[in-house]
Parts: sequence; structure tokens; C-alpha cells
Amino acid sequence: MKYMLTLIGEESGWQDSSPEEMEQIMSTWGEFEAELRESGAMIAGEALQPSPTATTVRIGEDGERVITDGPFAETKEQVGGFYLLECGDLDEALGWARKIPLRDGAVEVRAVFDTSEWLPKTPAQ
Amino acid sequence: MAAEDAGAVVVTGEEIGRLFRHESGRAVASLIRRFGDFDLAEETVQDAFEVALERWPREGVPDNPGAWITTVAANKALDRLRRAATLREKTALLEQEAMRAEPEPPPGDQLGEFPDDRLRLIFTCCHPALAPEARIALTLRTLGGLTTPQIARAFLTSESAMAQRLVRAKRKIRDAGIAYEVPGADRMPERLPSVLATLYLIFNEGYLASHSDTDNLIRSELCVEAIRLARVVHSLMPREPEVEGLLALMLIQDSRRDARMADGEMVLLEDQDRSLWDREEIEEGLALVESAASRTRVPGPYLLQAAIAAEHARAPTAADTDWPRIAHLYGWLAAVQPSPVVELNRAVAIAMAEGPERGLELIDRLEGLDSYLHLHAARADLLRRAGEPERARRAYERALELVSNPVERTFIERRISELASP
Repeated sequence: MKYMLTLIGEESGWQDSSPEEMEQIMSTWGEFEAELRESGAMIAGEALQPSPTATTVRIGEDGERVITDGPFAETKEQVGGFYLLECGDLDEALGWARKIPLRDGAVEVRAVFDTSEWLPKTPAQ
Repeated sequence: MAAEDAGAVVVTGEEIGRLFRHESGRAVASLIRRFGDFDLAEETVQDAFEVALERWPREGVPDNPGAWITTVAANKALDRLRRAATLREKTALLEQEAMRAEPEPPPGDQLGEFPDDRLRLIFTCCHPALAPEARIALTLRTLGGLTTPQIARAFLTSESAMAQRLVRAKRKIRDAGIAYEVPGADRMPERLPSVLATLYLIFNEGYLASHSDTDNLIRSELCVEAIRLARVVHSLMPREPEVEGLLALMLIQDSRRDARMADGEMVLLEDQDRSLWDREEIEEGLALVESAASRTRVPGPYLLQAAIAAEHARAPTAADTDWPRIAHLYGWLAAVQPSPVVELNRAVAIAMAEGPERGLELIDRLEGLDSYLHLHAARADLLRRAGEPERARRAYERALELVSNPVERTFIERRISELASP
């Protein structure tokens, strides 16, 4: 099964870290991602630019698309990145989520909707 | 099949119902493994019940009712799938099942016995990714064989709300990819506690129900059910000290059920008539604590709580209670499971061992329990023992503001009136 791990947290802070701290943070993440890639579970994973750079396209009641500056919700915690993983079951995905070297915030784990479960299968031949 | 001589066997529908309920968890678990479908498993086990109601009174109860139910339900499931086989996905499922059915018997099948899938099922139903209420409901429904209306009544909620809770939980198991398996040793430390907590929540839900109230009969049945399920887990994981600890804790608590209430009023442990305690449950509980303790270097929270309950059970009278040892055990418990409530209990044990003043000193240092009823009740009791009736009364009055259970309310009111007229 595919799982999406969404990384959520407060954005302030890490830009203010000293160069030594930055290096420490980067190397911890580097080790984590190396392990993830080696396991074969990683399909994709990226960190995002900070939420003030986000642009939101909201669909109005009449179907109108309205473009606004900023993230979809003005909350203290924001989505900061994601991983898309291939895992055997939820426990395996949770195992990776626990290992993510975040210092605060949260990781939301959700299975990707599997269309093969309900769409008619096309015959192989 | 047993009892060919039908004339010799008399089983009532009620007996079949009880026997069936106790044996059905095994069948449900086995069918979920084979077909990967909770609803199909539950429905076909229910079909098998109909067959049993018709045949068991005539032919007698089979030697191995669990295996009988599993076989009948599995055949019903295959029938259903065949009937629905025009749908492609069901055909695929049938093929899968056919492939899975014969070639490799699951482990434990060597003796021709039915493999026990109940351990898998309980770990799935009690997965920490499910809300605690959902774990309880699913466990009682699938392993306990209780009906949705029964569970709804036991938890004082509507049938439709309970049905929805069950549907949502089963959907999450499927859609979130919660595995149907017993976790490996590496994941056991994070998975076992949620199984044990679920069983203990079921037990407490029953234990807190007042036994004198006939409306609460189904609620007090929950204690019996929790103990039964803990026995199942214990039989499948016999060498796990926390499982032994939980079973022992429940047994020793349950042994006091007839002494806890008198004339509709709560009776404190120290005032209970100990001759009403269930000796058989106590003996079993004590043996479990000893067996677990002999194999454990660092006891877990359930074993420690059981050891504390065992100290009370061992004392012939309240005055014989070994309070220094209980205080010591609470010290351990506070170390493995730090919480202000454990600290409160430890303070009370120290007060009983060393005098109320020492306990009051410790209680007054606790933080974060100001709206906790039992903190004020414990303070009041220690102040009463310390010969400070006025301060004791004030503490009971604070407790009275926080109490919601009518039995506890009556108890506190009685204590206040006793203080007013010494």
C-alpha cells in the first residue's frame, strides 16, 4: 500500500539556527533519508518553501476560482513537507513516521486511495 | 461430532446462546483471516448460530463447538461468495481463497486442530490507530460475540451510534491498511499495552456499574467478559508477565464484588466483610502474580497494580495490611508509569504506614489534581484520621462539588454527617 506522510509543524525558528546547528539538522535528515531510500520504501519526498509563499486557489459556491495569497488555512502549524512511501501495512508506515527527525509538530499518516479496489479490472490480455 | 444419542442431550436455546457466544470469537477470527472481511465473518457466524439452534438440541453439542462453528460458517461464507461470484472482485477473492485454502496449513495446525486466530484479531481490534471507544466496541463485537444493541446498552449509547462506530472502525482497518497479524517482538512493546488497556477499560466499565441496580446487569457482565477475554489472551501468550498481571488484577478486584456494596452504599476496602471475598479468584490471582513476578526483573504497570491488589487480598483483616510494602510497590509504579494519581495513591499508602501527617504533607505537594475528586476525598480521610474534623469536613465538601456518581455522593454525604455529630 502507498502511504502519504504529511509533515506539519511551526515554521519559525530553524532559519535562525547557527551554521553548526544547521549542519547538525541537515546531517540528521540526510541519515534518515538515506535509510529510507535504502529500504526501497521511498517513492517521493520533498520539503516545501515556507507557507507565506503559498498561493491558494479556492473554489467558490458558483464554481468560481478565487486566487488568494497564503496557505489554505491560517494556522500556527503548517504543512512543511511530505513523503510518499510504499509500505506493507500501517505499522510499517507508522514506523517510518516515528523516525522522522522533526523536533516538534506532527506527522499525519494516511493510506493513498487505491482505485484498483473498486474499479473494474481490465483483463490482462 | 459427539452425542449421537440425541435422546440423552438436552440443551436449551439459552445455553446454546451462551456457549455459542463464548466459542464464536475463534470462528470470527479464523474467517477474517481467510476472507479478509469482518462483515462476512460476523454474518456467516450468525448464520451458523441459526443452524446450531436447529441442530444442537436434536443432535447434541459437538465435541469441539468452536471448530464446528468455524466449519459451518466458512461453508456459508463460500456459498455466499459463490452466489456473488458474478462480480469480478468476488471471483478474484474466491480464487485467492481457493489458493490459500489447501497448500500450506497455518502453523499450529499439525494436530489437526483449528488454528487460533483470536490473537491476531485482538491485536487488530486494539490497534492504537483506532480510538479507544472503537477498540472496545470492536473487541466486544468480534471476540466477545456481543450484539451491537448489547454493546450499546452496556456503554449507555444509542444503537445507531454504536453501529456507526463499528462501521467506521472496520472501514479504517481496511482503508488505513491495519494488518491482520500478531505484531513481531520489535513492535510488541507499543502494541501490547493498547490490547491490555482495552480489556481493562471493559472491565472497569463493568466494575464501576452498581451491582444492586438490575438495569446495570449488562454492564456488570462486562467484568465477566473482560476476564474471559484476558484468559483467552493469557492462554495464547502464556509467558507475558503483563498479561498475567492484568488477569490477576481483574480477578482480585472482581473477588470483592459482593463486599463492595451494602444496602446500595459503597463500602471502602478497609470496611469490607472479607469473608464475602471470592477465595477462588483470589487464589488464582495470587498464583498469577507469583508466577509473573518470578520471571520478571522489571515489572510493568499491570503486574505492579496486581501485586498491590494482592497485598490487600492477602491481609486477613484491614489492620494486617502491609502498608510499607504497598507504598514500596507504588514507588515502583510511579517509576514505570509516572502520574499524579499514582503519586496520590503512594501518599495514601505512606500515610497508612507512617501516619496521616506524612501523607498529607506529600498530598499537598501534588500538582494538577485540584479538580480530581479522589484527591479531596483522600485528604479528607487523612485529616479525619489526624483528628482535624473541621478541615476534614471542608475537604469532603470540596469533594462533594466534584462528585458525579450517586453512590459516591451518598458515601461522602454520610462522612460529612458523621463529622458533624461525632
